[in-house]
Amino acid sequence: MQNNTQTQLEFPTVMGQPYETIPDDLFIPPNALELCLETFSGPMDLLLYLIKKENINILDLDVSKITDQYIEYIDLMDVLQFELAAEYLVMAATLAEIKSRMMLPHDIHEEEEDDPKTSLIIRLQEYQRFKTVSEKIAILPRVDRDFFLASASLPKIEAEKKDIQITKDELIAIFHEVINRPDLKSNHQIDFEELSTQERIQIILEILSKRNVISFSKTLRKTEGRQGVVVTLLASLELAKDGHLELIQNETEEIFLKSKGAIS
Amino acid sequence: MNTKTINTIEALLFGSGRPLRISEIRSLLEFDGYTAELSEIKKCLNELETRYINSSLEVVEIASGYRLQIRQEFSPALSHLWNERAPRISKALMETISIIAYKQPVTRGDIEDIRGVSVSTQSIRSLLERNWIKVSGFKDAPGRPALYSTTKEFLDDLNLKTLSDLPDLPDHVGNIVQDEDHQTVPQAV
Repeated sequence: MQNNTQTQLEFPTVMGQPYETIPDDLFIPPNALELCLETFSGPMDLLLYLIKKENINILDLDVSKITDQYIEYIDLMDVLQFELAAEYLVMAATLAEIKSRMMLPHDIHEEEEDDPKTSLIIRLQEYQRFKTVSEKIAILPRVDRDFFLASASLPKIEAEKKDIQITKDELIAIFHEVINRPDLKSNHQIDFEELSTQERIQIILEILSKRNVISFSKTLRKTEGRQGVVVTLLASLELAKDGHLELIQNETEEIFLKSKGAIS
Repeated sequence: MNTKTINTIEALLFGSGRPLRISEIRSLLEFDGYTAELSEIKKCLNELETRYINSSLEVVEIASGYRLQIRQEFSPALSHLWNERAPRISKALMETISIIAYKQPVTRGDIEDIRGVSVSTQSIRSLLERNWIKVSGFKDAPGRPALYSTTKEFLDDLNLKTLSDLPDLPDHVGNIVQDEDHQTVPQAV
C-alpha cells in the first residue's frame, strides 16, 4: 500500500492512465498537473523533485536550468491554485536572485558569506533529511492501518451488594454529624468593611507618636467589637511588617505595640 | 506466579481498552486482593507471550505500557471488517510530525523554517486531535509561541517504545555523493 502511494506521488494518473513522464514542452492536461502539484508538500519538495529528475547532486545544482523549470511549474500553478502560489513565488524569487548573481562577472561580484545559493543548498539538504525520514515513518506499521488491537467485551459485572450493618448508636451519631455539619455551600453577603485598616494604621501611628508603648487592648474600642480587634491586628501587623513598630509579648499574654521611631 | 494471576492479567489487558503499565497492573491486582512484585508481573506477561506463540495474538510493549495486539499477518483478513480505511495522512503532515519528533520541542515557526511553507493551523490541530502532539510549553520569544512535542500515543500508534526507536535521521549529506571524482555521476532515482 505504501509503495503504491509512493508511485502515485511520482506518476499521477489521468483518467486511469499513469502519467509517467512530464513532457519537455510541459503540455499537460490541467487535471494531471493539479494532481501532480497537490502531491508536493511545498516549494522545497518541488525543487527537490526537479533536481532528482535531472539526476543531479544537490551540490551541483544548476540554478539556471532549475529556475526555468521551476518557473514553468509556477506559471501553471498560478492558473490552477492561486492560493498555493505565495510560498512557491518566494522560492522562484530566490532562484531568480541566485541566477542573476551568477550572471554577474565574478570579479565584480564579491564573495559574500550569506551566498543565497549556499544557503538554499543548506536548506534543501536540511529539508531533505526530514523528507526522507518522514517517508520512512509513513511506512512504519500504524495502528488501525497495518495492525489492530485486541480487546474483548467486558463480562457482565455484577455489583456486589452487601447488607449494611450499622448499629442504632452509629446511626444517631452520623445523623448528628450531618445535622451539625457546617453549611459550607450557603451564600453569604460580603459587606464593605466599616472599619478601614488604612484608617486604623493612621490612628495607631498617632497614638505611638504621643507615647512610645501601648498595650494592644488599649488601642481597641469596645463599640467596634470583634471587627475592631481584627482591623487593629491587621493594622499593627502591617506596621510591624514595614518596620514602623515592634510587637512584644510578655508572660501576661498581652501584646504591646512599641514604636520603632522614625515615623513621619 | 500461578495460572490465575496470569489469567487475571490477560483479562485486564483484554478489558482495559488501553495499554497498561506494570505498576498499574500491580495496583489492579491489589484491588483484587493479590499482592505481586513488579518482577512477578513481568514474568506473567512473558508467560502470556509464550502462551500466544501459536495464536493470532501477541503481547506488545509500547510507550504507554503493555497491550494485546492481533499479529500483523492477520491484518489483511481484518481489513475487510470495516468499510472505512484509516484516514490517510498527507505527505505534508508526515513531514510536520517528523520535524516535531526529531526536533522537539519546536514552534510552528521552526517547522516552517525547515519545510519552507507555512504550516496551517488545521494541520497542527489535526495532529493535536490525533493526540500525536501536545503543547509542551511556550517559547520565551515575542508572541510566546506554543512549543510542540510528540506524545506517548504517537509512539503507541507506531508500535514503538521510545523516540529512539524511530528511524535514524539521515546525515546532512544524505544521498549526496561527496567524492570529488563521482560528483557528476547521476544519482539513481
